[in-house]
Amino acid sequence: MKILVCISKVPDTTTKIAFTDNNTKFNSDKVQFIMNPYDEWYALVRACELKEKYGGSVTAINIGGADSDPIIRRALAIGADDAVRIDSEARDSFFVANEIAIYAKDKGFDMILTGKETIDYNGSVVGGMIAGILDWPYISLASSLETEGNTATLDREISGGREKVQVQFPFVASASKGMAEARIPNIRGITAARTKPLVVIASSGNEVLTQVRSYKLPPEKTGVKLIPADNPEQLVNLLHNEAKVI
Amino acid sequence: MSILLFTELSNNKFSKATLELITYGRKVAQACNTSVTAVILEEVSPDQIMQLSKYGVNKILKNTDVRLHHFEPNAIAKALISAAQQENATAFIFSAGYTSKAVAPIVAAKLKAGYVPGAISLPEIQGNEWHINKNVFSGKAIAEYTITTPVKVISLLPNSLAVESAETSSQIVDFNANLNDGDFKIKSLEVHKAGGKISLTDAEIVVSGGRGLKGAENWGMIEEMANILSAATACSRPVSDMHWRSHEEHVGQTGLTIRPNLYIAIGISGAIQHLAGVNGSKVIVVINNDPEAPFFKAADYGIVGDAFQVVPKLNEAFKKFKATTH
Ligand SMILES: Cc1cc2nc3c(=O)[nH]c(=O)nc-3n(C[C@H](O)[C@H](O)[C@H](O)COP(=O)(O)OP(=O)(O)OC[C@H]3O[C@@H](n4cnc5c(N)ncnc54)[C@H](O)[C@@H]3O)c2cc1C
Ligand SMILES: Nc1ncnc2c1ncn2[C@@H]1O[C@H](COP(=O)(O)O)[C@@H](O)[C@H]1O
Repeated sequence: MKILVCISKVPDTTTKIAFTDNNTKFNSDKVQFIMNPYDEWYALVRACELKEKYGGSVTAINIGGADSDPIIRRALAIGADDAVRIDSEARDSFFVANEIAIYAKDKGFDMILTGKETIDYNGSVVGGMIAGILDWPYISLASSLETEGNTATLDREISGGREKVQVQFPFVASASKGMAEARIPNIRGITAARTKPLVVIASSGNEVLTQVRSYKLPPEKTGVKLIPADNPEQLVNLLHNEAKVI
Repeated sequence: MSILLFTELSNNKFSKATLELITYGRKVAQACNTSVTAVILEEVSPDQIMQLSKYGVNKILKNTDVRLHHFEPNAIAKALISAAQQENATAFIFSAGYTSKAVAPIVAAKLKAGYVPGAISLPEIQGNEWHINKNVFSGKAIAEYTITTPVKVISLLPNSLAVESAETSSQIVDFNANLNDGDFKIKSLEVHKAGGKISLTDAEIVVSGGRGLKGAENWGMIEEMANILSAATACSRPVSDMHWRSHEEHVGQTGLTIRPNLYIAIGISGAIQHLAGVNGSKVIVVINNDPEAPFFKAADYGIVGDAFQVVPKLNEAFKKFKATTH
């Protein structure tokens, strides 16, 4: 089984968000970057589990500059066999998806896994776009993934519930919570990662369909109104008459 | 030219989110001097069709291909693209949710259309250039996106604008995208509908519990509050990790993102990863025995106190309130 896992680099979940250059750029000064949790905990770990069970290979792919290398090494330490970095800034979702599709097209992958969404741009877009470009079936927000021969069975989230579906290789799926349990890389993995191949290739696409013009912070809460613990009626009253939510 | 909307039914009815979508679509159409077309793939009753007219849809494309009743993102995308071409659409707008996440990226990639997922504002239109706001960094910031492609794809985040009616007479047209069997590659084995329970992402009110509640056995009072308020229940991540509650209730950075009108957080500290999933809520109430709990900074109303004392009393007060208003 040949699996491609798309990994992205995002600010750590506790990062204080700020902008520079007249609010047109994210301020990455002193920001700690991590692998997007959905990519690491769910997509990558599940891909490694399937490989360990059935044989095959797991390739991690990232569109980014050399500053992505630490998260790529982490993916190798967790269990990917090799990695590819397309050397370009991730300019927008279509750009990223197109690069991945161009890379994956003729390489015989059985599946491409992405995370459910990046925790910085919260798009939930790249996986569907890869599927659209390659004309492969797309299973979004999959919370489980099993395979048997060339058939995969997945649970996916749908409006108002969940659905178990079956699809033939090759396909694209985005991984959400439940697909696997997070793994911590061990010393052996970290050592092995140093010598696993990380190929850097030049970007081949150039199309961008969206731009971000500026950023702003949401309006701050005006401050909490505290209600004495022995007077819950007052809270009920405020929720009804002031906030008008009940 | 037209603005195309993908109108989806939930339990055979158009939800509030769909009515918001129609209001949004009508306003975009007005700004572009064009009309609104809705595409419906499912079986729809005449009274629901009337809903569409009531909120301002000019034309309805009613799908006649029953294969599209099954949720197959690639086939649905293909049908929607054919509708977009037939109607010469300038924009294709979805309501942001599970369906849009599956279908809209495919439509956008195939049409090479700029796509803004989870829009929270109407587009500011300057000729072919549209500027649209979207939440980024899990609600910690807002980005203004620009799209200049000839066709634009947008998904509208629920609860971003108020529904307005606009009585219209709508023309109903049968629609068939002439798909091949080969377009349907995903086989459905089993569907679990959330059933009678209020779905967490649609709920107007959510009551949520954290590790402060000490154990699964103490959720009775949380469920009671949810019952009184017709609310859904949620929880913090450690609570679902310890299996006190099911994983489906976990909200936050790595769980569900919700935007109810009212979020009541009980025994939850308000870690940044938790807030990421709930900070879009209109009103937040926090009940916590630690006055220093970070959640109070993100709250509108708070009670500093022991949940085991406060919640039963609050439930009585809610009950009394419900008895007098209904
Ligand atoms: C990458 C990453 C992703 C994460 N994703 C998520 C996520 O999606 N969702 C999420 O929730 N967390 C997430 N977390 C975990 C998060 O950091 C917190 O650890 C978690 O939210 C804490 O849960 P809690 O508030 O229930 O528990 P605690 O932090 O233990 O807080 C319990 C609270 O209950 C109060 N309390 C105790 N007793 C009482 C009482 N009798 N009455 C009233 N109050 C009481 C305490 O004062 C305290 O504030 C993530 C962490 C990481 C690192
Ligand atoms: N720069 C990138 N390089 C590789 N994969 C990416 C990149 N950006 C996003 N992805 C993948 O696409 C998924 C969804 O991203 P998004 O559409 O931005 O929310 C992520 O979880 C990753 O798996």
